[in-house]
Amino acid sequence: MVNLLWVGMITIAIIFAGLNGNMEMITPIIFASAENAVSVVFGLISIMTFWLGIMKIIEKSGFIHIVIFLLKPLAYWLFPGIPRNHKAMNAMLMNMGANLLGMGNAATPFGIKAMEKLQTLNDKPDTATANMCTLLALNTSSLTLIPTTIIALRAATGALNPGDIIGTTIIATFTSSLTAIACDRIFRHYYSWKDKTRTPLPKTIKAAKRN
Amino acid sequence: MMGMALFSVLNIISVWVVPCLILFALLYAYFRGIKVFDTFIEGAREGFTMSVRLIPFLVGMMVAIGLFRDSGAMELFTNLLAPLIRFLGIPAEILPLAFMRPISGGSALAITAEIMKTYGADSLLGRIAATMQGSTDTTLYILTVYFGAVGIKKTRYALTVGLLADLAGILAAVFICNLVFKG
Repeated sequence: MVNLLWVGMITIAIIFAGLNGNMEMITPIIFASAENAVSVVFGLISIMTFWLGIMKIIEKSGFIHIVIFLLKPLAYWLFPGIPRNHKAMNAMLMNMGANLLGMGNAATPFGIKAMEKLQTLNDKPDTATANMCTLLALNTSSLTLIPTTIIALRAATGALNPGDIIGTTIIATFTSSLTAIACDRIFRHYYSWKDKTRTPLPKTIKAAKRN
Repeated sequence: MMGMALFSVLNIISVWVVPCLILFALLYAYFRGIKVFDTFIEGAREGFTMSVRLIPFLVGMMVAIGLFRDSGAMELFTNLLAPLIRFLGIPAEILPLAFMRPISGGSALAITAEIMKTYGADSLLGRIAATMQGSTDTTLYILTVYFGAVGIKKTRYALTVGLLADLAGILAAVFICNLVFKG
């Protein structure tokens, strides 16, 4: 998908410039854009270096457990059917906490660990369970309080007050996360209803096998 | 009027949240006996390499977007999509970002950087792009990594939910920025 978009944009641009007789402008644009890109990254380095340092302190100090404590009721409601002390629940709480604090790097390993633990509770190993889908919904909409990379990027491109989009980002991220949770609930109920009405047989067979 | 009140509330949050988090985190870590400075250096090193790893993404994408816009192709494209853009209220300049956001995080960041460079980080467009970039994550990447890690092939409704949430985040970013930062 990225490949298609990338090739598409460049191809269309070059053909377009050729048709309009602007072919001589292509090379200077490439040079200017590439130079721009590198200068943006150089601006980023300073703040990313500082911020990831702070993030490491937050990670090591166990500060995340305070956040997790507050998230517990929400997690229990979002992931029904998972025992509260199960390792999957723990990993999912760590994942949610890390996302909330803007520690994207730390969130992914916890998320993958949560998926592995959820997989142990899965009857059909090639099909996603409802709880897996909920975990995915939370992560793709990524509820973040502090969008660190963006603040750094704004500082690098000369914003007067780089952090002034935190407020609007919180509103947008809440909207997207609430949408994700709401849609997930609707689909969860719809699919569990569909599964019940269509395939009652395998479940009973499995239950019988276990006994 | 409502925009002004909202602006001051959001502004206070924006100004306070980062300093407070730093203060709280440092004190908490210090009193729990963490070697604060050593830990800082360890993380800071990661921050440096992470920035450098962004260079290929930014060069590749900023060149593509730069070509696409300056050749005049973008104008044609946005003219074609004008009815859709008007319907959703998304500014045409933001559209490439809205497309790229769920697909590739690094590329979306590059497009955001390009928008900020071209129109200014403090312009309305720059702020919409920033808010949009910060409000959702890369749906397709997360789907691939998470499901791939445990060998799930039938992902059921996960992609639909992810993309709907992205759309909601994108529209919310445009709406709230227009309310708070316009004028």
